Amino acid sequence: MAAIDPHSTARPPAALAPTATAPTGHAARGGHASIIVVLLLALAPLVASAAGADYLVALTTRIAIWGLAAASLQMLIGAAGLPSLGHGAFVGIGAYAVGVAFHHAQGMDGALGFLAGGGADDLLVTLPVAALAAALIALPIGAISLRTSGAYFIMITLAFSQMLYFVTVAFADYGGEDGLSLWSRNTAAGLDTGDAIVFHYICLGLLALWLALAHRIAGSRYGLVLAAARDDDRRLRALGRSPYGLRLAAFMAAAAVAGVAGALNANLIGFVSPTPLAWTTSGELMVMVVLGGAATPAGAVIGAAILVVLEEMLGRWTEHWAAILGPMLVLAAIFNRGGVLGSLSRIGGRLRGGGRR
Amino acid sequence: MFALLIEQVLNGLQLGVMLFMIAAGLTLVFGVMGVLNLAHGALYMVGAFAAAFIAAETGSVVLGILVAMPVAALAGLLIERLVIARLYARDHLDQVLATFGIVLFANEMMRILFGPRPLFLNVPDFAAGTLEILPGVPYPVWRLVIILVGLVVAGGLALLIERSRLGMLIRAGAQNRRMVAALGVDIGRLYAVLFALGGLLAGLAGAVAGPVLAVQVGMGEPVLILAFVVIVIGGIGSVRGAFTGALVVGLADTLGRAYLPELARAVLPPAAADQIGAALASMTIYLLMALVLAIRPKGVFGGRD
Repeated sequence: MAAIDPHSTARPPAALAPTATAPTGHAARGGHASIIVVLLLALAPLVASAAGADYLVALTTRIAIWGLAAASLQMLIGAAGLPSLGHGAFVGIGAYAVGVAFHHAQGMDGALGFLAGGGADDLLVTLPVAALAAALIALPIGAISLRTSGAYFIMITLAFSQMLYFVTVAFADYGGEDGLSLWSRNTAAGLDTGDAIVFHYICLGLLALWLALAHRIAGSRYGLVLAAARDDDRRLRALGRSPYGLRLAAFMAAAAVAGVAGALNANLIGFVSPTPLAWTTSGELMVMVVLGGAATPAGAVIGAAILVVLEEMLGRWTEHWAAILGPMLVLAAIFNRGGVLGSLSRIGGRLRGGGRR
Repeated sequence: MFALLIEQVLNGLQLGVMLFMIAAGLTLVFGVMGVLNLAHGALYMVGAFAAAFIAAETGSVVLGILVAMPVAALAGLLIERLVIARLYARDHLDQVLATFGIVLFANEMMRILFGPRPLFLNVPDFAAGTLEILPGVPYPVWRLVIILVGLVVAGGLALLIERSRLGMLIRAGAQNRRMVAALGVDIGRLYAVLFALGGLLAGLAGAVAGPVLAVQVGMGEPVLILAFVVIVIGGIGSVRGAFTGALVVGLADTLGRAYLPELARAVLPPAAADQIGAALASMTIYLLMALVLAIRPKGVFGGRD
């Protein structure tokens, strides 16, 4: 195929393209893992509804949605080395975009009415609005937070998300602490979003889209410079490139994707409240990424699946599930280095001949 | 008008010294050990619950507060030995994962032990009632006691750090912890002592705040985040920074909540003013933090990160 293209000689051969030589080969392995993860999430609800376990459909939808949010955070933590502990805020902003738009679509009044116009209740409108709102709010927060690094960055992003939490609590027009109810799911260009399986595939489709995009970004020039800044900030500066703008773009993009996840989650649970903006959601998102393996987007989705399933299972077993989940997270932090995917690849390496690592 | 201002300033000071007691431990642990400890707020909660429990059992609030300190110090020591000691060499993500797990566990344990309803802690008899600090300006005695305790703790901590051998090691550790270890100091023991000291201070803060707030599950996290703001403003690892930052945050938060809604009503249409004023009031300290960081990304007294 390359021979047919007259320009191909001017380009580097495919073997030298960034994706093929991506550092440590994680990108390639992660790519396979992403495909497997998406396939499993695509099959699970069919099996579940065939077996008559309809509640499992909602569970896999939750995994797809939180997997999307966690995978967006993975771009910050794993690919760019920016450990944001305030990512839940953008999930919350996305949810409020849906809630506020729906509220006004029902002809009700509110302080943000001038922004929401007539309101909207179709995903084709609300999802881009959610993404845009999250990205716009991420702009000033990122612009300030990215002046710092490391633990400062963790604490500052956490502080700003807490600020947004209190802001949403203060807005009584939109339910304040109690939040807003969505009486019906957003429509989506005539699709029956009320059908659990249809809605699942909408969420899964968006997750698959982001995973594909995330792998493209990681292998692109932009992704490589971002990774270079993660690994050695000073050397990059010495080469005359400042990573600030690149990082800000990544911060806004990740926020936009988290906003989409929040909009989907609001539709899934039919409810919008300040809860996702509370610091625990940000903590859980970070836990998902680290638990599954921060090196690849697929790891984040696996982490999300583990946490969602664990909470569900432990929650059915005892109301004090957090007393069990907590120590499990501690053990994971101590023993499960590199997350589930990291441990798996270590085991795989050992099985293949032990020489590696 | 003037009386109200005095009252708000004192409230701000009271919040400030309380935040200092929490932030000092957090910033020492971070500055010396490089550990980001989300569970520090849990030690504050443990202190408050211990004080409320002992006070209810014995009828003595003072005894409750005295017991709360060693209990929280012990909890800190336990966390350090069991979990944190294994994570010193690891990056902040693993520390966040582990200490987040501890927070979930600690909150749930308190709920199992003491039930879901908040506990109440009375003001000790000697500090009940109010004191006329200026003619016509009464102020609760207990809040004055908190301010006093906070200032004594700040003075004691300054002495400890500037004048004692332990303080010298802490300062040296904050500068270069590898060098301190290389000079033959038992760095493991220093870490354990620091963690216990941080726990003690956080527990004391929780115990003295008990009579002002409700003692409840999850009370540690909002305070933890405020303490983060404090040490980000002050500069990580600096006790002086923590003190300055805590007073500034305490005053800004209290005065913002008292006056920004009024200000909003003066300039905005009444329908929107209440909500925007309330939102602005809760944003005050974060805007302050943003301002400080825009000028000094490592905080006012900050050096390393």
